[in-house]
Amino acid sequence: MTTWDPSQPILEIENLSISFFTRLREIPAVMDFSAKVMAGEAMGLVGESGCGKSTVALAVMRDLGKNGKIVAGKIKFKGRDLVTMDDEELRHIRGSEIAMIYQEPMASLNPAMKIGAQLAEVPMIHQAMPKDQAWALARQIVADVRLPDPDRILNAYPHQLSGGQQQRIVIAMALMSKPALLILDEPTTALDVTVEAGIVDLVKDLGHKYGTSMLFISHNLGLIMDVCDRLCVMYSGEAVETGNVTEVFDMMRHPYTQALFRSIPLPGADKNSRPLISIPGNFPLPHERPNGCNFGPRCDYFEAGRCNAGDIAMDPIPGGDRHASRCLKWAEIDWMAPPAARVSKPKSPIGKVVLKMEELKKYYALSSGAFGGGAKKVVKANETLSFEAREGETLAIVGESGCGKSTFAKVLMGLETATSGSIMLFDENIQSTPIQKRNVDTVSSVQMVFQNPFDTLNPSMSVGRQIVRALEVFRQGKSDAEREARMLELLDLVKLPRAFAERMPRQLSGGQKQRVGIARAFAGGAKVVVADEPVSALDVSVQAAVTDLLMDIQRENKTTLLFISHDLSIVRYLSDRVLVMYLGHVVETGTTDQVFQPPYHPYTEALLSAVPIADTKVVRKRIVLEGDIPSAVNPPPGCPFQTRCRWKSQVPGGLCDREMPPMRMLEGGHQIKCHLGAEVLAGMEPVIKAAAE
Amino acid sequence: MPDMLSWPMIIGLMVKQFWPVWAALVVTFVVSIRFKRRLGLYGKLFDSPVGMVGFAIVMFWVFTAVFAPMIQTLPPLDQFGSAKNPLPGAPTPDGSPYPFFLLGGDHLARDVFSRMVAGARQVLIIAPAATTFAFLVGITLGLPAGYFGGKLDTGLSFLANLVLAFPVILLFYLLVTPEIRNTGIPIYLAAVLFIFPVIFCVVLLNGRYRTNPPRRNLYVGVTLVFGLWAYSGLAFNMDPLGVWGMEPNLLNVFVSVVFVNAPTVFRIVRGIVMDIKSRDYVAAGQTRGETPSYIMMWEILPNARGPLIVDFCLRIGYTTILLGTLGFFGLGVSPESPDWGSTINAGRKILSMVPHPAVVPALALMSLVLGLNLLADGLREESLKD
Amino acid sequence: MLIFVLRRLGVMALTALVLTFVVFYLTNLQPNLEKLARSEGSVRMTEESVKVWLAENGFAKPVVYRYGEWLGVVPGWTHTDEKGTTRGRCIPQGSDPAEAATYCGVLQGNWGFSTVFKNPVLDEVAGKLGATGWLMMWVMIVMVPTSLIIGIIAGMREGSRTDRVLSTFSIASTATPEYVSGVILVALLASPMTGLSPLLNEWGVIGSKTLFQGSATSAMDDITFWNFFLPVMTIALYGIGYIARMTRASMTEVMTQQYIRTARLKGVRFRDVVIRHALRNALIAPFTVIMLQFPWLLNGVVVAESLFNYKGFGWTLVTAAGNNDIDMLLGCSVVAVIVVLVTQLISDIGYVFLNPRIRLS
Repeated sequence: MTTWDPSQPILEIENLSISFFTRLREIPAVMDFSAKVMAGEAMGLVGESGCGKSTVALAVMRDLGKNGKIVAGKIKFKGRDLVTMDDEELRHIRGSEIAMIYQEPMASLNPAMKIGAQLAEVPMIHQAMPKDQAWALARQIVADVRLPDPDRILNAYPHQLSGGQQQRIVIAMALMSKPALLILDEPTTALDVTVEAGIVDLVKDLGHKYGTSMLFISHNLGLIMDVCDRLCVMYSGEAVETGNVTEVFDMMRHPYTQALFRSIPLPGADKNSRPLISIPGNFPLPHERPNGCNFGPRCDYFEAGRCNAGDIAMDPIPGGDRHASRCLKWAEIDWMAPPAARVSKPKSPIGKVVLKMEELKKYYALSSGAFGGGAKKVVKANETLSFEAREGETLAIVGESGCGKSTFAKVLMGLETATSGSIMLFDENIQSTPIQKRNVDTVSSVQMVFQNPFDTLNPSMSVGRQIVRALEVFRQGKSDAEREARMLELLDLVKLPRAFAERMPRQLSGGQKQRVGIARAFAGGAKVVVADEPVSALDVSVQAAVTDLLMDIQRENKTTLLFISHDLSIVRYLSDRVLVMYLGHVVETGTTDQVFQPPYHPYTEALLSAVPIADTKVVRKRIVLEGDIPSAVNPPPGCPFQTRCRWKSQVPGGLCDREMPPMRMLEGGHQIKCHLGAEVLAGMEPVIKAAAE
Repeated sequence: MPDMLSWPMIIGLMVKQFWPVWAALVVTFVVSIRFKRRLGLYGKLFDSPVGMVGFAIVMFWVFTAVFAPMIQTLPPLDQFGSAKNPLPGAPTPDGSPYPFFLLGGDHLARDVFSRMVAGARQVLIIAPAATTFAFLVGITLGLPAGYFGGKLDTGLSFLANLVLAFPVILLFYLLVTPEIRNTGIPIYLAAVLFIFPVIFCVVLLNGRYRTNPPRRNLYVGVTLVFGLWAYSGLAFNMDPLGVWGMEPNLLNVFVSVVFVNAPTVFRIVRGIVMDIKSRDYVAAGQTRGETPSYIMMWEILPNARGPLIVDFCLRIGYTTILLGTLGFFGLGVSPESPDWGSTINAGRKILSMVPHPAVVPALALMSLVLGLNLLADGLREESLKD
Repeated sequence: MLIFVLRRLGVMALTALVLTFVVFYLTNLQPNLEKLARSEGSVRMTEESVKVWLAENGFAKPVVYRYGEWLGVVPGWTHTDEKGTTRGRCIPQGSDPAEAATYCGVLQGNWGFSTVFKNPVLDEVAGKLGATGWLMMWVMIVMVPTSLIIGIIAGMREGSRTDRVLSTFSIASTATPEYVSGVILVALLASPMTGLSPLLNEWGVIGSKTLFQGSATSAMDDITFWNFFLPVMTIALYGIGYIARMTRASMTEVMTQQYIRTARLKGVRFRDVVIRHALRNALIAPFTVIMLQFPWLLNGVVVAESLFNYKGFGWTLVTAAGNNDIDMLLGCSVVAVIVVLVTQLISDIGYVFLNPRIRLS
């Protein structure tokens, strides 16, 4: 191995260009990308889907597949160019010097191999370590990534572990040969927020412990701020701005970075007084990129004849810490000016109670074992759910996977019937009426917007036809012509061009599909709309546009919106009242202000602390929950949260282990399901504070 | 009397004889490639070399079947002369419509080439028709089994597995015998199997036009009248107008082949439905208050079409093989029939002495199935590329 | 696991009962029985005497009852004629009716008497199964390794030239049913008139008239490469293509999985990626397919045995079916059904063992 000076960058990417070759054309995925990662440094790559950030990571691994090719540039790792290396040399670097951590831990582990064997393989290949020694090392590293009972885990198969544990194993695998560079490709996207917080902490600690450099890829600016020292913002295959994290966050010098920050809900944003500003237009397709600045067509500062004249190079910003921007006008723009487009909207009045749930319970009988037989188990998906929702109100239902929020939606929609309790919709009890027996009015007044934009529309039916079908079913319009006209109006309502009626869903982007889904839900003049994570699968800039659209329609129609989400930032931004759920129980409910201020339920507190916030002026208390969310099949006795609660010791007599806490009414209708004493609750500190100016 | 033809001459004459097929193939390919971007999945087939080759072979046989009367040189059922098994290129007796046995003659001095061409017609009518029926039966039962699950699924799956556990050859020996016709079993089976296409169409239209009763009544009514008319003719041979009908022997073969194929289609459909029913657009249909029949027919089935089309191609090939198997064991449509399986059966006894009467239909059958398999492969590859 | 196996066994028993009943019903149709009466009695029997003959031989009872008799859960029929001699299902000719058992069906080991082979069905079937067993064994030995290797090599680098060549071969071989490949193989290798044999004979490479023997009858006594190669290849060829395609599909799918990328980016050699990481996952699907191939192999066996005149199980089945040998046909069906069901069971259990994801803890 050639000598390498540790003061030099570990990884140096110079003017890298990558293209994918299809039968029809060459599709440039990354153009003129440069970056440097020094020893021990963590570099973030941030951008929306399709911007090329993962392609860069795979290029560093030289694993672009059959169609991908590096067409220009160099990737120097410890001074050696990876681009020109042959397979054998690459093989020695992969896994030993550069290791990668992936987005989907379950898919990244071999389902038919024991964890230990998969871990031990790494030193056995690279250091020719004997098998027993390799297993011993594996055991030590598994303990290092803070997994309980390493011996059991080494002998387990991947499917026997939870998602969080699997990701820790993937991290352990990457650390087996103490690599100099770690590439993390959206390592926490598939995980719940409280689990994500634990993984992020682990990655940071291990980075320090082993002195590993990191290339951290994420779409989440908050996470980048938590983990990285430097970042590089990418847009449509190009790096548009790079620099150290605080500098870019506080003194951004590229319009895209600015627009990105304005479109994410940070504390202080409010749907009425300070609404988010979405980025107009759509992400350009790789073969339809504009001339000059790629962001030009969507940019507020666009100057025809200059910005679209020719290629634009990265321009270093004087005085910055290796800060550079790919904008011609960065020196001319007044970066401090408030956005012009921000229009505050009137707060919609909240009317009478539309929907009321009382003591709703939903249990499932589950036969255990893969082949049937065995004892029947009962899954308590929802336990005594009570709340009411008013006209024009947004009620957020917050919780992580397995908390029962989707079951609740199914019961409300009539896809399942509740075990007990009542659901009153305008004084009509619809609890035990399955959807087939509900009349058209009831069905059309309770509708749903689904989570996955790629799944929400029937792929083999045109957009217009799907909306018309909803109109037909809801008995809207007297003739085909009338329904056709109404369908076009609905497209107007969701701000889609009328020409889209003829399109097939695959010709639409994710955000556009979600708009069609919203139009379809409002086809019958819905009074109550359940939105099940409607924006979580969308890119941040599109998220803002879709949420605003929902808010606008709500204002106009006085719709009651039940917003199901795990993302507290967006909940804080748009909801009037919040319901926090954990393992089928409502643990806290109140107005948005009450829930986001102390006193908290311990779970809400942890949840708030776990959500990364992309704002350097906010200080967050770190509360990392131990372990994973228990399975709903086998919930802990007593309080459902007791296994992970950090306040448990404050409750005398082990009450938490034995008894389900009662729902306690605090002032102003704020309710918390917790055993903690009033003085303890009163003494809680806020999790999020503005840093001292 | 002319001399024996040499092999190059035989090939030359055959190529000439197939001219309508070549013409039709050229037209099909030129038109399709010209408009391939506007033809959806069919158009994309012309991006895949494998698919194109397969399509060309299949269309070769389809056109051969269509133009069979123009292509065959001698009437396929008539005997020419008394010489047994004349060799390829041998001259026919004076006064015959064509001077040569292009690919020789069989033990009854019938022209092998003409019988092969006529056989294509038989095979290409029965195999696709039987496969279509099997698909309609399999889909009509597989959709509710996959969608509702539960007892219905358990029951239907048990029945399907029952049929699948039957060795095909045994089933054929039991079902396709002349004696069984007297008992009426084929007619009962036909009565059950042939009603499914009618049910399928009625449910399909009813789901779609449920919200508009006058139109629904019209469409469903027309379907019922037409469907039951065809049904009465095909299953019971009781069509009052005499348009629809099937020979008892053909019915017997047809029913058995549908019966053997339907359970496999059922299993495939059931599997796909179980996958698709968890999609959000299905849930959207449910929350909209759609009936299960609409969701199955219009939300799920259209999105299952990719794998089903691929399997349809494969299954036509499989059915062709099954029909050949039947013919091979002398259980075919009729002993006289020029279908490939029966011809192979007739030729195999003298196989080691004079191979051509058996080898020619064998190669024909093989090439058709190969074409279908390649076509299916091409379709699968292209449909996955989206 | 035990519950699973028991439950499967229960379903299997039910399936076997239903299937044998169907076979029993279809073989005991009235026209078949009348045919039997005429062939056993005399060809010129009147309608009346056929009825009498059927009644005297226990065929007049309802079909469910007779199925019970055959199965051995209902007492066998007896008939005492005018002369006072009592005959019956369970009374062997010339023995004392008083000593005969009441029940004598399949469950008691009495499978009936073959009218064609003039031999008890059980003995006949057992002997013929032995012959077919040899054939099957060689087919498996040829088919399984060949197809797996072809499938894995084709699937490990999708789209490569090797893949194209091997895939085309497998597609071609699945397009060649046994009766086609048999015909072509014989014409090519075992005909004194066409194919290779005349050429080889002329060149003096082979002394006999044909390279391989077109008939496998001699293999009943002594299996040699020359008399067994063609029937084995005839059956194996179709299966090779089919299993190879399944394996390839499974392999290509596994090779695109993320854990294969993980392994590759760990620095594992390509060979080890295939052997250590891909193989086990890729073999789960083909294993099921191989097991479920047995019913289809039976088809192949019947075709090949008829074509090559090898007097095994398939040949017997054809002969029995062609000659209205009811007991023999029933016996063959029972064996065939049992073979199919047992392979299904093995495939289910094997699947559970190969796939740790669904193994019970």
